[in-house]
Order: sequence, then structure tokens, then C-alpha cells
Amino acid sequence: MYYKTLPYRIFSTCNYVLLALVSILCLLPLYHLLMVSLSSAAPANGGLVTLWPIGLTFEAYAKTFNNTNFLSALWVSIQRTVLGTALAIFINTIAAYALSKDTRVFRARNIYLWYFVVTMLFSGGLIPSYILILKLGLMNSLFALILPGMIGVYNVILLLNFFRSIPKELEEAAFIDGAGYLRTFFNIFLPVSLPAIATISLFIMVGHWNSYFDGLIYIRDSAKLPLATFMQTIIIQADVTKLDPQAIANLSQRTIRASQIFIGALPILIVYPFLQRFFVKGIVIGAVKE
Amino acid sequence: MDANTVQPISQEKAQRTKRKSGYRQPWMLHFMVLPAAILVFIFSYIPMTGILMAFQDYKANLGLTGSPWVGLKHFKYMLENDYFLQITWNTVFFACAKIIFNLIIPIFFALLLNEVRNMGFKRSIQTLVYLPHFLSWVTLAGILIDLLARTGLVNQFLTSMFGIKPIFFLGSGGWFRFTVIFSDVWKEFGFNTIVFLAALAGINPALYEAAEVDGAGRWKQTRHITLPALVPFIIVVATLALGNVLNANFDQIFNLYNPLIYQQGDIIDTFVYREGLLSGQFSFATAVNLFKSVISIILIIISYRFAYKFAGYRIF
Repeated sequence: MYYKTLPYRIFSTCNYVLLALVSILCLLPLYHLLMVSLSSAAPANGGLVTLWPIGLTFEAYAKTFNNTNFLSALWVSIQRTVLGTALAIFINTIAAYALSKDTRVFRARNIYLWYFVVTMLFSGGLIPSYILILKLGLMNSLFALILPGMIGVYNVILLLNFFRSIPKELEEAAFIDGAGYLRTFFNIFLPVSLPAIATISLFIMVGHWNSYFDGLIYIRDSAKLPLATFMQTIIIQADVTKLDPQAIANLSQRTIRASQIFIGALPILIVYPFLQRFFVKGIVIGAVKE
Repeated sequence: MDANTVQPISQEKAQRTKRKSGYRQPWMLHFMVLPAAILVFIFSYIPMTGILMAFQDYKANLGLTGSPWVGLKHFKYMLENDYFLQITWNTVFFACAKIIFNLIIPIFFALLLNEVRNMGFKRSIQTLVYLPHFLSWVTLAGILIDLLARTGLVNQFLTSMFGIKPIFFLGSGGWFRFTVIFSDVWKEFGFNTIVFLAALAGINPALYEAAEVDGAGRWKQTRHITLPALVPFIIVVATLALGNVLNANFDQIFNLYNPLIYQQGDIIDTFVYREGLLSGQFSFATAVNLFKSVISIILIIISYRFAYKFAGYRIF
């Protein structure tokens, strides 16, 4: 056997070490951030913190959670994520169910499909979308963050392919028992495809949580900014025109910045184990075609 | 009496069949697609009409119907503009570098990971390397700006280990390019490994057994079995990436760049944002965007054609 030979054993050992180093490199920046956020202000500002906290304290987190701007941004993000994901899942799955029907049953299917796919290829671009939101009076509204990106055509296609892989017998049995399309969708297809729907919801949630650009252009009222946009303007652009004096004082503190970034990343870290279990399947769902 | 009992049943039956077919008529399916179709119409199709403003001098108070038409003025200005040529080159440079490294490194990593026989170790490695893909560029830029600062951890490390003078990673053009490509590969290589790992898992073990019997070592097995099995996947991933030649990742550049390095770091998308929304040159920005989308679409169509022709790939 090849793996018992000496050269392969040497290679294998080196390989294990290399892979371990590379994967630690993937985690290190986030770990360092956490350590900075848990240190006291002086050593952190002096750049002394590396792999463990110096003067362990939760002061930065306490200050962050006393910051009303931060809390309101957090609340906006939670709202948009929950509401946006729920609505998106409902509208996308129900459309995907109809589009999963054969052309013989649903003659307009291909027309609809192309109608959706065209938007994947071509879009009006930044300025026309911005003007549309302006004209619709959605500026500063939560709906400006939820509605424009709600139909993920890629998700619809994934779901559609998944629905097609469900045995036809299930649907036929429901039809014979007198169920219509709506009832078949809600009572048969939805329960059967919960794992796939859960996967896609997680992806939509992560997308909403991480999305900052729509908040940047559609929300002018700083009390209505979602968290990602809030962090973008404060930490990265350091846009002091949008800040109150308290926030400016906080900004100079590395530990507080670190704690805000870490809290922003925390929900992703929490759902990550679930995502990881599902996403390989998620990619596979779309691969099964007839 | 018989006639009386039979009559109502058959009537009810007739009614039921009528109702059943009523529930299962195509209008129900139309009804189910409708919400999605309306949203797409409002938020995707209506903005498409706004493309017309690329051929106008759009004024907000005059609107799309009232603004004066100027033909190809903005396109002419764009193509004669040296700065535009520079950012187009920047965009293509970033995108191509990312495509190449995001292809080579994941293949290499998948091959190495495939040699790991300890399943627990393999799974832990996978968990760690997929993680950065899910973090947003806002988070990562926040971390990177801190780490890569003149007095940041990376420079501290380099100075103490190799005695190098502090490098201004985000402040000088050449280093900025390096940082952008390196951090993108760092973020995405793990996730891009998935496709190749799936391909490796699909190789028939009997091939390796046969090679083993014929006396092939692991390196020969890799060269003559594993790599050829990966080729179709590499072709698909590479051709599909062709459609991204003008996509250099707005989110990343936007969160990392600064006016100091616009010459080497600015890309088409960030330029459109600044010209359009910050300077209010709606028409010019739309023209630049249109130019980019038209070329992108042509590339996407070509790449899908190729992927279908060479590897039988299709999306639905």
C-alpha cells in the first residue's frame, strides 16, 4: 500500500502540518479581533495585544451596548433580516413550485423562467435603481432594504430543481385525494423540502445581515441605518458628520471598534455550523436535473 | 326511490370534479408566480428603462421623458478619458488575478486535503477554511485596516522577524493590489475547494486499486487518475469565471480603498458609485455602467455556450 511507504509518510506529515497552519491562518484575524476587544484600552491602543487579552475586561462590550446608535442599528438589522428572509422565502418558494411544473401542465412556464433569468443577466444598474427608490418614496424605509433584492433568481432555480427531484407519485396522490395546487404546495412540497428551504433561508439571512450598500444609499436618517452600514460609515469611512460626540470618543478606542466588529460578525459565527452542514447539500440540490 | 338517491350523488360528484379541476387550472399556477413576477417587474424591469438616461443629459426635475437627448456623448467622453481606461485596466487586472489564483489554489488545496485519511482532521480543516467566505467585507475590512496599519500586527511581525521597514499595505498602489488579491484568495479559497472535493469524492476507487496493482505510487496515481478526473470541472469553473472579467468585487475594493491609491486601486464599479451618487452625474455613470453590463453579458453568454459545449453544463 502506498501510504505505508516512507516517502509518503514524510509527505503526509508535512501535509498535515501545512493544512493545519493554513486553516489557523483563516481563523487568526478573527481570533485576534476578539482578543483586542477583551483587553483593556491602554495595551490595545499601544498595539501590545496579540494572541491573548491583556488586562481582561468586558468594558468595551459594556460601552458598545450602552451606545444607543449601535443598539438602534442592531435592531434595524434584526428587523430586516427576519422580515426580509420570511417574505423572500415565501414568495420565492411558491413561485419556484409553480415554475417546477412541466410545460405540458403550465404552458407559460418557460416564458416566466426567461422573464426571471433575464434579470440575472441584465440590470438597470445603480443609478436607475436609486432613482426608482427615490420616486417610490421608499427612502429611509425598511422596505427599501427588503423589497429590491427579494427575488433571488438563483434561489428560485435551486428550489425549482429541488422540487422537480421530488417523486411525482406524492403529488399525484394528493391530486387524487382532491387537493389543488395550493394545498399540494403547502401540505406536501413545503414539508418535504424543509431542509432545502432551511439552507436557502440561512443564505438569505446571511446576505441580509452582511448587506451594507443598500443602507448606505437608501437610508439617510442615521437612526435607521442597519448595523452593517453603521459599521461601514463609522469604522471604515470614519464619516464623522454622521456621528455624535460620544461616538467620536468611542471611535478612537481600538477595543470598542473591535467589540463592534465582533458583535457584527457574531450572528454569522452562530449560524455557521448549521450553514456548513447544509451548504454542501445546497450546492448539490441544484445539480440534480432531469 | 332509487332515482332520488342516485340523482343527488351524481350531481355532487359532478360538482366535485368541476371544483377539483377548478383548483388545478393554470390560473392557480399564474397566481403563485405573480408576487415574484410583480416584484421583478418593479425592481428589475422598471430600472432597465432608466438605461435611456445614458443617452441623455438627465436632470432630476425634467425626468426621463423631459431630459434632452445627447446621443453617444457620454460614451465618447468615457472612451476618450484616460482615467476610464486606467480603471478598466485595473478592473480586468484584479478580476483576472483573482480568477487565476482562485482556481489554482483551491485545486491544490483540494488535492492536499484529499490525502488526509483522518476524517475528523479533514472535517475540522474544512470548517475552518470555509468560514471567511461568510464574513462580510465590512467586517473583514475593519479587521484588515487594523492589522495592516503601519503599527499594526502584520508590520510588527515583519519588523521583528525579518527586520523589514513598515509596509504601507493600503496606502501604496502596488501593495494595495497585492493586498486586494491576497485577501480575496484568503477569503474564498476554502469555499472554492468544495467543487473540487466533490469531484475527487466521485472518482471510482477501483481505478486507484487497479493502478496500485500495476505498481503506481501515489504521485503517479494523482497524475494519471486524479488530475484527468478533475479536468472537466476545471474547464467549467474557468469558463464560467469568464463572465466575471469586469467584476473586480465592489464590496472589497470599496471597503479597502482610499483616494491615495485610486490610480492603481479604483475599479469601474466604485467609479460609477462616486461619479453617479456622490457627484450626481447620473447620465455619465449610467453610460459607464451600461458599457460594463453589455460587455459582461456578451462574455457570460459566450462562457455558458462553451461550458455547455465542452462539459455539458447547464443551469436549468
